Amino acid sequence: MFETTLLKNTTLNDSHLLATYRSNGGYEALNNVLTNFSPEQLIDLVKESNLRGRGGAGFPTGLKWSFVPRESTKPKYLCCNADESEPGTFKDRVIIEKDPHQLIEGIVLASYAIGAHVAYIYIRVEYSVGAKILQRALDECYNASLLGKNIFGSDFNLDITIHHGAGAYICGEETALLSSIEGYRGQPKLKPPFPAISGLYSCPTVINNVETLACIPHIVSKGAKWFKEIGSVKGPGPKLYCLSGRVNNPGTYELPTGISLRELVEGYGGGAPNGKKIKAVIPGGASAPMFPESELDIAMDYDELMAAGSMFGSAGVIVMDEDSCIVKATLSMLTFFHHESCGKCSPCREGLTWVVKLLHRIDSGSGKSGDIEELEHLANGIFGKCFCPLGDGAIMALRGALKYFREEFIFHIDRGYCPFHKPYSPLMLSSEQRYDHSMHQWH
Amino acid sequence: MSSLLIASSSQTPDEYFHPDLRDQINEIALRYPERRSAVMPALHIYQERFGYISQQSMEEIADILDMAPVQVYEVTSFYHHFRTEPVGKYHLKICNNISCMLMGADCLIGHIQQILQLKCDETTRDGMFTLSTAECLGSCDTAPVMQINNDAYCEHLDAEKLNKILRSLENKIE
Ligand SMILES: Cc1cc2nc3c(=O)[nH]c(=O)nc-3n(C[C@H](O)[C@H](O)[C@H](O)COP(=O)(O)O)c2cc1C
Ligand code: SF4
Ligand code: FES
Repeated sequence: MFETTLLKNTTLNDSHLLATYRSNGGYEALNNVLTNFSPEQLIDLVKESNLRGRGGAGFPTGLKWSFVPRESTKPKYLCCNADESEPGTFKDRVIIEKDPHQLIEGIVLASYAIGAHVAYIYIRVEYSVGAKILQRALDECYNASLLGKNIFGSDFNLDITIHHGAGAYICGEETALLSSIEGYRGQPKLKPPFPAISGLYSCPTVINNVETLACIPHIVSKGAKWFKEIGSVKGPGPKLYCLSGRVNNPGTYELPTGISLRELVEGYGGGAPNGKKIKAVIPGGASAPMFPESELDIAMDYDELMAAGSMFGSAGVIVMDEDSCIVKATLSMLTFFHHESCGKCSPCREGLTWVVKLLHRIDSGSGKSGDIEELEHLANGIFGKCFCPLGDGAIMALRGALKYFREEFIFHIDRGYCPFHKPYSPLMLSSEQRYDHSMHQWH
Repeated sequence: MSSLLIASSSQTPDEYFHPDLRDQINEIALRYPERRSAVMPALHIYQERFGYISQQSMEEIADILDMAPVQVYEVTSFYHHFRTEPVGKYHLKICNNISCMLMGADCLIGHIQQILQLKCDETTRDGMFTLSTAECLGSCDTAPVMQINNDAYCEHLDAEKLNKILRSLENKIE
């Protein structure tokens, strides 16, 4: 069995408390770095480990840190991306709620590497439970002199502030996140300049995902070699996978990168419930195009998934069984992207409106012949023409569904109904009660 | 609404300020190099206190943070979480994204609409319940999921669980 690292503490009692974290070796990596490492040495170590960002884009973390201009006299900032809003993704929440100190240690280490004395954690507003736990953990750190001035008696200072989001998926995109902290509408900014050169308040800034930062203390304590030898050569390390949808054992799993999608959903996930067959699987959150069952032997590897037309993304693995309707699933995802479009550019804002209208029509059985071609035409007008990857991600999801499950769309249009009409439901709808608005009472 | 905001209010700030909120926001603003960054925290504080963001609240926040009221409105209107109208005492937000949809969120929404006699984005006449759909709440492994107000999630929902939850809220009302 794979020995877990990131989730190791999460099963302990009071895993969220500083005392628990420290008694399991927590903050020793930080102490070691502040005493024995220069910032450059820490960056080199992370480069050496080949850690790639876990937020979706898979950019090499050490390389990103090295872009921050050391000689710049401007303040530098670290932002932790805890906006986790990609449908099918819930791994960062586990770290935040169950092992917040692991994240905080990662943030302090990253800040030290880039020379930041102020860090912000951008957390989505719905994670109110997690935000409270995180705030308590930060308070514990300040009381124990693990944050603030002269951390571990060194001359390194750092303040961390939690910034609460307000329900906008686009704020997970790094430049939109910066706009949001600055006090503007959460809309993406033009790159270049990249945030490492000109980010928050036009100062050098690094934005990293929660899971990326949680890896750092372990790379320090166990070494770059240990990390590099786990999983895929080009994108190694322990990785959190989120399993959901119609699968027997949904949940967060820590496994090496490079594991096959089939092993993940059939082995660990236990396949689809009630002995049903798996029809399709999304490998990396809603923006990652789905694969049909026949393609499940693919490795969960950044480059392999990309070459197969999908992506590792957030490792949000969503399973659809033989009773799931691909048209409905596609409509659900595209409705999400349309709702979350920030409105800045017209291909995404206007184009997705029409895509959703057409998908609605097909789903409801009123689709017309030519609708699929119209969808493809719209997709061509949107893809590659958007200001940020949200619009492109939406189209990738649509194209993935059309590529492998075109017949389902055709069936809906030709026959005028959904063959999966009776949706799987654990619900009993027999209840006859009604709420009486004026009486505060049930009938 | 924005045109109203640009028109200056007849009240002077001193008349309508909530000094405790102002102090709280001023303190938060110290954590950012630019005061404007405290606009979202300020909106959260006002929404927590008053249940929604009124025009007066936006004007107060603008005054505290040296912004134009319309700039505060611009931010307020961008984020789904901030609302400019009151909602029910219990705001039920049911996720209907893909994983919850696959696990029967549609039926759940139908069920709750039926028992509350309510469509999405409506409030019961007694002001107790507002029903909305939510985007993925980041709890897809416990689908279907609902969040009430800003509290811990209600997970693995089915009709029976939902009935129990609604009844316990009703008991809280009395
Ligand atoms: C529309 C959109 C939404 C995103 N949402 C998130 C998110 O919720 N969390 C996250 O860590 N990264 C998200 N990203 C990726 C970030 O832009 C960025 O690449 C990432 O935070 C960098 O951290 P990493 O290098 O540690 O992965 C999103 C990107 C896009 C385009
Ligand atoms: S692609 Fe969509 S989300 Fe991105 S900038 Fe354009 S409108 Fe905004
Ligand atoms: S899809 Fe409902 S919580 Fe993620």
